[in-house]
Amino acid sequence: MTEQPNQVWVFVEQHDGKPADVSFELLSKGRKLAGSLDGGLKAIIIGHEVRPVAEQTFQYGAEEVFLVEHPQLEHYRTMPYSRIVSNLVQQHGPRIVLFGATTVGRDLAPRVASFTRCGLTADCTDLQIEDVTYQRTEYPQLLLQIRPAFGGNIIATIITPDSPIQMATVREGVMERITLNNAVNGTITDIDYTAEDTDTLIRILERHREERNVNLTGAPVIVAGGYGMDSKENFQLIHELADLLGGEVAGSRAAVDAGFIPPERQVGQTGVTVRPRLYIACGISGAIQHRAGMQDSNTIIAINNDPEAPIFDVCHYGIVGDATEVIPKLMDAYKQKLK
Amino acid sequence: MSYQSIVLVKQVPDTANISGEVMRPDGTVNRAKLPAIFNPEDKVALELALQIRDRYGGSVTALTMGPTRASDILRECLYMGADSAYLVNDRKFAGSDTLATSYILSQAIRHIGTFDLIFAGRQAIDGDTAQVGPQTAEKLGIPQITYVEEIVSLEASTIRVKRKLDGGYELLEAPLPLLLTAVKEASDPRPFQATRAMAYKNARSLPELEKLSGDNPLLYLDELVQEYRDDNLFIGTLTMDDLDIDPERCGLSGSPTKVHKVKSVVLSGGEHEQIEPTAEGLGNLIDQLMTDRIFG
Repeated sequence: MTEQPNQVWVFVEQHDGKPADVSFELLSKGRKLAGSLDGGLKAIIIGHEVRPVAEQTFQYGAEEVFLVEHPQLEHYRTMPYSRIVSNLVQQHGPRIVLFGATTVGRDLAPRVASFTRCGLTADCTDLQIEDVTYQRTEYPQLLLQIRPAFGGNIIATIITPDSPIQMATVREGVMERITLNNAVNGTITDIDYTAEDTDTLIRILERHREERNVNLTGAPVIVAGGYGMDSKENFQLIHELADLLGGEVAGSRAAVDAGFIPPERQVGQTGVTVRPRLYIACGISGAIQHRAGMQDSNTIIAINNDPEAPIFDVCHYGIVGDATEVIPKLMDAYKQKLK
Repeated sequence: MSYQSIVLVKQVPDTANISGEVMRPDGTVNRAKLPAIFNPEDKVALELALQIRDRYGGSVTALTMGPTRASDILRECLYMGADSAYLVNDRKFAGSDTLATSYILSQAIRHIGTFDLIFAGRQAIDGDTAQVGPQTAEKLGIPQITYVEEIVSLEASTIRVKRKLDGGYELLEAPLPLLLTAVKEASDPRPFQATRAMAYKNARSLPELEKLSGDNPLLYLDELVQEYRDDNLFIGTLTMDDLDIDPERCGLSGSPTKVHKVKSVVLSGGEHEQIEPTAEGLGNLIDQLMTDRIFG
C-alpha cells in the first residue's frame, strides 16, 4: 500500500454516461471532509466512454479522477466493479471512501468493505471529522458516521477507529451539492482494465431504466401523507391537495410499506431528503427517520389527530385533527382565497 | 436438477412497534424488552428457496446467527417448510458488526457444505444496512445479485432474475452458485403449515437444551441432545469450536465499526402556531402563507 494519507474518495456512479446526483453531493461533502483532514479529494469512475463525467467532477472539487473505461464496463456489474474499486482502495489507502446509497452503491460498498476488511456504515445522515477518545485511546481526526437507528429512537454515531479506511454510504439529497465557481484544475488518471473470468459470470440480458419522473428534491411544494391516512382511497386527498397547490406528492415509509404510494416518493432517511418552500405532513407521526428527510423545509404544516405526535415538534403550523377532514376544509379555504 | 439452498435469516427487534418501556431513562435501548420478529425480507427469501425446492426438489437449510431466543425464528422456518435449520451461537460472536457477522456466516456455510443458492433478505429492519448478504458472498468468493424482485427461470445451472434498480429493473442471467438478496415484492411468504407447526413446536437448539438440563439435574445434556436428534427435533447448533474460525475476526474484536455515541431522540417541543381546523382558522393560515409568498 502506498501511503497517501488523508485522501477522501468518492465512487462516482453513472448510468449511460449520466452521473448520479448523489455522487456530486458526495463530492461536495467530501471536499469539506478533505479540507478538515488537510487532504485531497479524488473520484473513481468506471464505465464506457465516461471521460466527460470525469471532467464534471472538477466542478465539485475532485483533484484527481481514477478513470477505468472499457466496453465491458458499460453497465454496473458487481464482480468487475467491486474488484476494481477494492484493488484501487487497497493500493492507495485513502482515509475515507464514500458511496451513494443507491442500488449500485449498496451492492458495491459492502463487497469492497469485506475485501479490504474495513468498516462501513450505511445511510449516514451526517458526516463530520473530529478527534475522538475511544476506550481511553486518542484517535485524531476520525470520521463520525451519524445515522438514526432502532426505529429512529436513537441517533448513533459510528466510528471505525482501528480501520485505516473509513467507508460510508449516503442517500441522495442528504448532502448539499455545491458547484464551485472555479473548477479545480484536476487530473485524470487512466487505469487499465484487465478482464477476469468472473467479470462476465453475470450477464445483463435486458435493462430498463427510466430517468426519474419524480423530482421531489426540486419541488417547491410537497404534500406528504403517512400511515394515518388509513387507506389508499383516503390518500387520494393528498394527491388532490398537491394538485391544487401545484406540488408533488410524497409519503412516509409507513405509507410506502402500506402500499399507499410508490417507494420513489418516500421522504426520510431511507428515502429522499427534501427542503421545499412548503411541506404539508398529513397523518404522519414524525419518526426521526422521516423528520431527517424534511425538517429543513422552509415552512412545515402538520396535520395529525394525535396532539402528542412528534411531527408537531418540527412544524411551524400545527393542526390537530383528522387529516381526511382537515384536507378538504383546507382546500376549500384555499379556493375561497383564490376567488 | 435439484438444488441445495441455504437461507440467511435474522431475528430482529420489531422497530415499527417500539413502546415506552423499551427506552431506558438514559436513552439507550433495552433490547430485552423489544418484541422480536422474523425479519420480513428474510421470510421472503425463505419463500423463494421453498418455491424452488417444491418445484425442482433439493433442500432448504435455514441459518441464523444470534442469541438463544433466535431459535424462535428457526422453528418458524421449519413451520414454513425448511428441511433443516442451524443456529450459529457463541458468546464470542456477540457484538459482531456486519463484517464479523458475514465472516462467521461464511465459515458456517463452509461447514454446512455444498450449496447451489444462498438466499437472504435485502436488509434487516433493525439496521437497514443491506451489507451482510454482499459481504458473505464476497467472503465465499461467489457472485451476488441484490434487490431481486423476481425469479424468472431456473434451468440446470443457470438462473434468470429481475433485479430492481433505482427507477427500473434489469434482467440478469447468472450461473450457480450464487447469492441472492430478495426485496419484499419478490413473493408472499406462505403461512405456517399446521402439521409442521405441530411437529416442530418442540424442536430445540443446543443452548435451549442446555438451559433445560441446567434447570433440571435429572436431565443430562448429552442424553437430551440424543433424544431430540432421534426425534428429528434437534436444531443444529454451531459454536466457535465447531467452525474453522479466527477468534480475532469475531465479535467486538472483529468488528471495525464501533458505536461511539448514542443519543436518544429528545423531542424539543419546538414552538409552532396552533391552527384550529375550522374554516376561519384555515382561512387565516392560507392568508398568512400567501402574505409570506409560500405558495410562490
